[in-house]
Amino acid sequence: MATPVRTDETARTTAPSPPFSTTVHVGFRVNDEDVELDLDPRESLLDVLRERLELTGTKKGCDHGHCGACTVHVDGRRVVSCLTPAVQAQGTAVTTIEGVAGPGGELHPVQQAFVDHDALQCGYCTPGQVMSGIACIDEGHAGDDAQAREYLSGNLCRCGAYPGIVAAVRAVADRSEG
Amino acid sequence: MRPFAYAAPASVPEALDALVAAGPDARFLAGGTTLYDLMKLGVEAPPAVVDVHRLPELAVVDTAGPDELVFGAGARMADVAEDPVLLRDYPMLAESLAKAASQQLRTMATVGGNLLQRTRCSYFRGGAPFACNKREPGSGCSALEGIDRAHAVLGTSDSCIATYAGDWAVALIALDAVVDVLGPDGARTVALADLHHEPGSHPERETTLAAGELILRIRVPTTRTARGSTYHKIRDRESYAFALASAATAVALDADGVVTDARIALGGVATRPWRAAAAERTLVGAPLTVDTARRAGEAALAGARPGRHNGFKIELAVRTVTDALRIAGERAVQ
Repeated sequence: MATPVRTDETARTTAPSPPFSTTVHVGFRVNDEDVELDLDPRESLLDVLRERLELTGTKKGCDHGHCGACTVHVDGRRVVSCLTPAVQAQGTAVTTIEGVAGPGGELHPVQQAFVDHDALQCGYCTPGQVMSGIACIDEGHAGDDAQAREYLSGNLCRCGAYPGIVAAVRAVADRSEG
Repeated sequence: MRPFAYAAPASVPEALDALVAAGPDARFLAGGTTLYDLMKLGVEAPPAVVDVHRLPELAVVDTAGPDELVFGAGARMADVAEDPVLLRDYPMLAESLAKAASQQLRTMATVGGNLLQRTRCSYFRGGAPFACNKREPGSGCSALEGIDRAHAVLGTSDSCIATYAGDWAVALIALDAVVDVLGPDGARTVALADLHHEPGSHPERETTLAAGELILRIRVPTTRTARGSTYHKIRDRESYAFALASAATAVALDADGVVTDARIALGGVATRPWRAAAAERTLVGAPLTVDTARRAGEAALAGARPGRHNGFKIELAVRTVTDALRIAGERAVQ
């Protein structure tokens, strides 16, 4: 049986007993590259991506899971990286906006559709919108406009580019079905 | 965020041992969408966290059995929302999950953790300078004198009027679900109806779980009544918002359209998942019409106590129940 982790301030600054630790060695893949890091368990995946791995395409909006600007894929599924403790990425494959372009640097079809359908104005929410849109299509949740709107509701756009965003995601979904 | 120690044990027994070893203020971490968020705000500050989000024992879902549906506590909301048996035979369960949060959060959050999301309001989340008996027992309640438009009208007390924000538990309580829990004193089964407290004079105590107890699974007795069911959720915006009022309803009808079984539970208006048993009784033996549905809605809200800005919720909830019963009736097997 491990020694109790005490709740006073001393306990917070002294080394805890196994299996607990305050520095956690974590390994995962980001955009097809292996990453190993020693993490403070407080660090969010969002902060690790931006501040440690210098992948600043993923944006910090609200930092509380309300806005979707920080959406990335973990093992192919969309999550908000601001509410993902980075230690939970252990053993997973993370994809960010930097990892979706083709091998020759050509835009992902959803990125191209955002250009074609004028689906952005300031662009701050766009990386999250694109990551959410790609997952929405993969999940099969972009079958019609109403369903796409419902399943993209976790991504806010202060510029109000929603009609273009829905049109872009729907256009790619229709092409993938055909 | 306050520093904390982290452990990710490989099994349920190891997780329980770790939590006990870490002391009474340690917390289990699953999807993190509530706990980690509140830790960022400093409202929660556990000294140690035991991560259970990927324990394989907690991931099992079995909806094929003849007697009960079984949902491992660690199953993801997004996955359970698309279970084909739920979509066909238990639309109220599937809809309660699909209408909760956003797809990103549903992909992260677990069906067990969702039951335990904090009953909370903006004054709780806001921290100082707001008084909150839940955050700091005995400090008062800023909501009672403040903006209470989102707050509860059922099950409130002079200490707390925060709304239980979950949807899934509301649908589950209507179907007599139970949870299996394991803790330092062994295993036990708790009816969902007995899992949450009303705030009373101790709003900081939200559930009847003892320190160190972990929900392993949720079980729902199978019922044909749930084929005629819905989770009807009325919000300020069409998607990704808390309920202003919601109703989980299910009805079974005989060949003449007379109600033989009725289930009604409310969300968005109460301090805990709220089963409206008296309202159910008004329906059984009666034909399902707009009038009988409305009467059931009024019975469900009979004890409601409005605050300063949330009086509209009472009529809204009556109409939500009425509408939800109509939808359930259209789906019911006769």
